[in-house]
Amino acid sequence: MGKTIDKLDTLESQSVYILREAYREFKSLVMLWSIGKDSTVLLWLARKAFFGHVPFSLVHIDTSYKIPEMIKYRDELALQFKLNMIVGQNTQALKDKRSYPDGTVDRISCCKALKSDALKNTLSGAWPRLRLNHKTGQYEQDTNTEPYIGVIVGARADEEGSRSKERYFSPRDRNSDWDVGDQPPELWNQFKTDFAPGTHIRIHPLLDWTELNIWEYIERENIPITKLYFDQGEGKRYRSLGCYPCTTPVHSSARNVSDIVKELREGKFKNIAERSGRAQDKEDGGGLEKLRREGYM
Amino acid sequence: MVIEREGMNVVIVGHVDHGKSTLVGRLLADTGSLPDGKLEAVQQQCKQNAKPFEYAFLLDALKDEQAQGITIDTARSFFKSSKRDYIIIDAPGHIEFLKNMISGAARAEAALLLIDAHEGIKENSKRHGYMMRFLGIKNIAVLVNKMDLVGYDQKVFEKIKTDYSQFLAEIDLVPKSFIPIAAFHGDNMISGSKNMPWHKGGTVLDVLDSFKKEAPLDQLPFRMPVQDIYKFTEDGDERRIVAGRVECGSIKVGDDIVFLPSGKKNRIKSVEYFNGPARREAFAQESIGFTYDTEIYIRPGEILCKSSEKLPHVTNKFRANIFWMGKQPLIKDKTYKLKILTQQVPVIVSDIVQVLDASDLASSREPHVDRYEVGEIIFETLKPIAFDVVVDSAPTGRFVLVDNYEIAGGGIILAPIFDTDSNLKTHIQKRDYNWERSQITPQLRAHKYQHKSALIVIAGKIDTGKQRIAKALEEALFNLGKNVYFLGVSNRLVLATQDSKDKVLSKYDALIHLGELAHLMTDAGLILITSITDIDHYELAMIKKLNNPNRTLVVCVGEDSRFNPESVDLMLVENEESDAAVNKIVDLLLNAVVLVSEYEI
Ligand SMILES: Nc1nc2c(ncn2[C@@H]2O[C@H](COP(=O)(O)OP(=O)(O)O)[C@@H](O)[C@H]2O)c(=O)[nH]1
Repeated sequence: MGKTIDKLDTLESQSVYILREAYREFKSLVMLWSIGKDSTVLLWLARKAFFGHVPFSLVHIDTSYKIPEMIKYRDELALQFKLNMIVGQNTQALKDKRSYPDGTVDRISCCKALKSDALKNTLSGAWPRLRLNHKTGQYEQDTNTEPYIGVIVGARADEEGSRSKERYFSPRDRNSDWDVGDQPPELWNQFKTDFAPGTHIRIHPLLDWTELNIWEYIERENIPITKLYFDQGEGKRYRSLGCYPCTTPVHSSARNVSDIVKELREGKFKNIAERSGRAQDKEDGGGLEKLRREGYM
Repeated sequence: MVIEREGMNVVIVGHVDHGKSTLVGRLLADTGSLPDGKLEAVQQQCKQNAKPFEYAFLLDALKDEQAQGITIDTARSFFKSSKRDYIIIDAPGHIEFLKNMISGAARAEAALLLIDAHEGIKENSKRHGYMMRFLGIKNIAVLVNKMDLVGYDQKVFEKIKTDYSQFLAEIDLVPKSFIPIAAFHGDNMISGSKNMPWHKGGTVLDVLDSFKKEAPLDQLPFRMPVQDIYKFTEDGDERRIVAGRVECGSIKVGDDIVFLPSGKKNRIKSVEYFNGPARREAFAQESIGFTYDTEIYIRPGEILCKSSEKLPHVTNKFRANIFWMGKQPLIKDKTYKLKILTQQVPVIVSDIVQVLDASDLASSREPHVDRYEVGEIIFETLKPIAFDVVVDSAPTGRFVLVDNYEIAGGGIILAPIFDTDSNLKTHIQKRDYNWERSQITPQLRAHKYQHKSALIVIAGKIDTGKQRIAKALEEALFNLGKNVYFLGVSNRLVLATQDSKDKVLSKYDALIHLGELAHLMTDAGLILITSITDIDHYELAMIKKLNNPNRTLVVCVGEDSRFNPESVDLMLVENEESDAAVNKIVDLLLNAVVLVSEYEI
C-alpha cells in the first residue's frame, strides 16, 4: 500500500495548499506573472490547485524593455489557458524618457520607476489596468479599479539573501513597506490571513523551491516555457529573464528542459547564483533589499 | 532517471551568540555547498575593513540584520551529505525573535541545540529545549560549542551534558546525542577532532545522517480538512469538487465518508487531480480533490473522514497546552479566534489551569498567560469542532489562536471535554444573579399588556422575504394594540468587507449583543421581531439561551439546512405572501400563549 511522495510531490502539495488558502481568504486576489520560469510554474500550480482553472487575474508589468518573445509568449499562453490577463505600465516615466536605456537614470532608479512604481499603482488601481479581451485578442482598459489585497508572487528562498526572510503569507502595510524584523509566526500551516485595514498580503507559494526543483517540475509536468531559456544554436541562453538592457544571456548549449536539469545538477552552474546575469543586483549590496521594500519582486 | 534523494528540514536553535550562524556557515563551507567564491569574497571584505571574519557575515544577507548584529529570521539554506539533502533553518536565538524561531522549528524534522561551553546553559537553552518538545520534534542532538575556549576539556562537556540531560528528562525528552564541537574551527563538524580524542560519539554530520524520518502518516486514520468546495463552470465543467490536503491516512473511490462536525455522510465517487494519470486512491500529504455520490451542502472547515475508521472527537470544549507569543497576555474569559486545520471559530478561554515558565518549569495558577509562557487551558467554542488529541494524530491535534489580527499562540490538544457546563451558562447565571428585579413581575406586565413577551426570530436564506414578513407582522400586531418592536439588524450581522474587523469574532460579538438586547426588551414585556440571514443552529441556540427565561420563537422562511427541525417553531415557504405569513405567525403566537385568544384577528 501507499504511494511514495517524492520531493516534487511535497513541494507541489504545499504550494497548492497555500494557493487554495489564499483563494478562500482573499476576495481581491491576483497573481504576478513575470513570464519567467518561476511564475510560469506558479501559474501551472494554480491550474493544479483549481483543477484546470485559474480563478483570479494575472498581472504583468510591462516595462516596454522586455524581450519581445516574452510578450508574444505571454499572450499566446493567456489565450490558450483562458487567463484573466492584466497589464500595467509606467507610461508617464516612459513618455518622459526616465529610464536607464534612455541614459537619464541609473539602473536601480529605472527598476523602481518601471517595475516597483508601476506594480504598486497597478495593484492599487491608481493607474490604468489593461485587460486582455479574449474575443479580439486586444488589451482594453479595465473598468475594475479596486485595489488588490492579496498578491501571489513566485519568490524562492534560495534565490537571494533577502528573500529567505520571507513567509508564505507576508503582510505589507499601506505603503507596501515590509518590516523584516517583525514577520508574523507561521506554524503548522496556519498563516496570517487576518489583517488590519490597509494591509495587503504577499503570498509566496514557491518559497521552498530551488531553481533545480523548478526545472525538474517543468520537465515532469511538461509545462510550456518560453524558448528564450534554451540555446537556439548560438551557444547562449537566458538563465533568468528580465529587461533586455540589463539581462545578458549565459554561455550554455542546453537546448531543452532536460539539458538544463542536467546542467544544474552536475554542470557548470552548480554553484553560481542564478541572478548573476542581472545587472541591478550588483549595483549596490543592499539595492535589491531596498527594491523589495518598495514592492519590486 | 536520477534516484530521488531524501530531504530533511533541520532547525538550529540556541541562545544568541552561542554559534548558530557559525555552525551553519561552517556546515555549508565544509560540505562544499556555497556558491563558488562567496566565502573568499566575504573573507576578503573583512580583511579590507580590518575586522575579523565571521561566518555570520556570510549568512546575514540583510543590511538591518548586520547593523543589529543578530540573525533575525529563520533563513533557509541547503547542504548535502552522502545520505541526504538538508535544509537548514537557522533560527534566531534572541528572545524577541522567538516567534521566528517557532515558525522555523514548526517545519523542522530535526533540531540541533547549541550550548556555548564557555557560557554554559542559559535560560533560553532551556526554553528552546521545551519548545522542541512542544513542537513534537523527535530527532534532537545537543552540540556543546566553543570547546576551544575551555581548552577542549572533557569535564566541562560532561558537566553540561549531565545538567542539561536532567532538565530535558523533566520534560520527557531524550536527545539522540551530545557532541562537543568548535564550530569556528571545524572540530567534530564533518570530521573528527584531534583536540578531543576522548569523544567517541561521532560528528555533527554523523548524527544528522543517523536521524530517522518520521513514519509515513498513511498509517493513521484518514483526515482531510476541507479547504474549499469548487464548482468552476467554465468550459462546461460540471464537477463539484471538495478540495484539501490529506493530513493523514489514505482513501479510495467507493469508500464511505463522513464530514465532521456536521456528521453528513457520503461516498467517494472520484479522485480529482489535474494533469496526472487517473487516480482511484489518495494518500497522506497530497493536495487533492474528490467528488462524492450525492449532492450535499458542505462548508470549508469540516474534516472529511472515513466512516469505517476511528473518527475525530466532536465537542465544543477541550484541554490544551498553549505557547503564547502575543504582545497582550492571554486572558481568562476573553474570546479569541481559533484556527484548527481549516476550521475558524471563536473560542473562549474558560479556565487557565496552570501557567508554566518554560525556562525553569516553575508553574503557577494565574488569570493570564504572558508572552513566551506556556499555559494549560480549558477552551470552549460556541459550535462543536472536530479534532484529534495530539498523541493520537499530531497533524490534526494542533491549532493556533489569533489575537488582534496576529497569530499569537500555538497549541496542542491534550483531551476533549464533554460536559454541559458551558461558559455561556455561567455568564447567564451571573447576569441573572446580579439583575435587580423590579416589583412588576412578568405576569403583571402580561396582564396589563394583554400578551406575554417574546422574541420572534425570522430566519432563512437570503432573499426569501424575511424582512418584509417581519415588518408586516410588526404592523399587524401593532394595529392589534400589542407592544411590538421590529429590530432591524442588517441581514448579515457583520458585513464581510475586507476592511471590517475580524469577521469571525465580530459576528460573535454581534450575536451576544443581539441576545442581550433581546433579553432586555422581552424582560420589559415587549414582543421583539427580528430577521437574520447570517445565522445557524448553534448561533440561534446561543441567542435563545441569552434570552432565557423569556420565550424565543423561530420562524424559518424557506428550506434551510443549517437548522435542526426541532429548533424551528414554524416553517414558511420561500417568499410567502405577507398576509398568509402573518396569519400563520399569529397562530403560532396564540399556540405559544403569547397572545390571548379573545384578541383573535
Ligand atoms: N572561539 C570560538 N568562537 C566561536 C565558535 N563558534 C562561534 N564562535 C564565535 O561566537 C560568536 C557568535 O557566533 P554566531 O555564530 O554569530 O552566533 P549566533 O548568534 O548563535 O548565530 C562569533 O563571534 C563567533 O565567531 C567556536 O567554536 N569557537
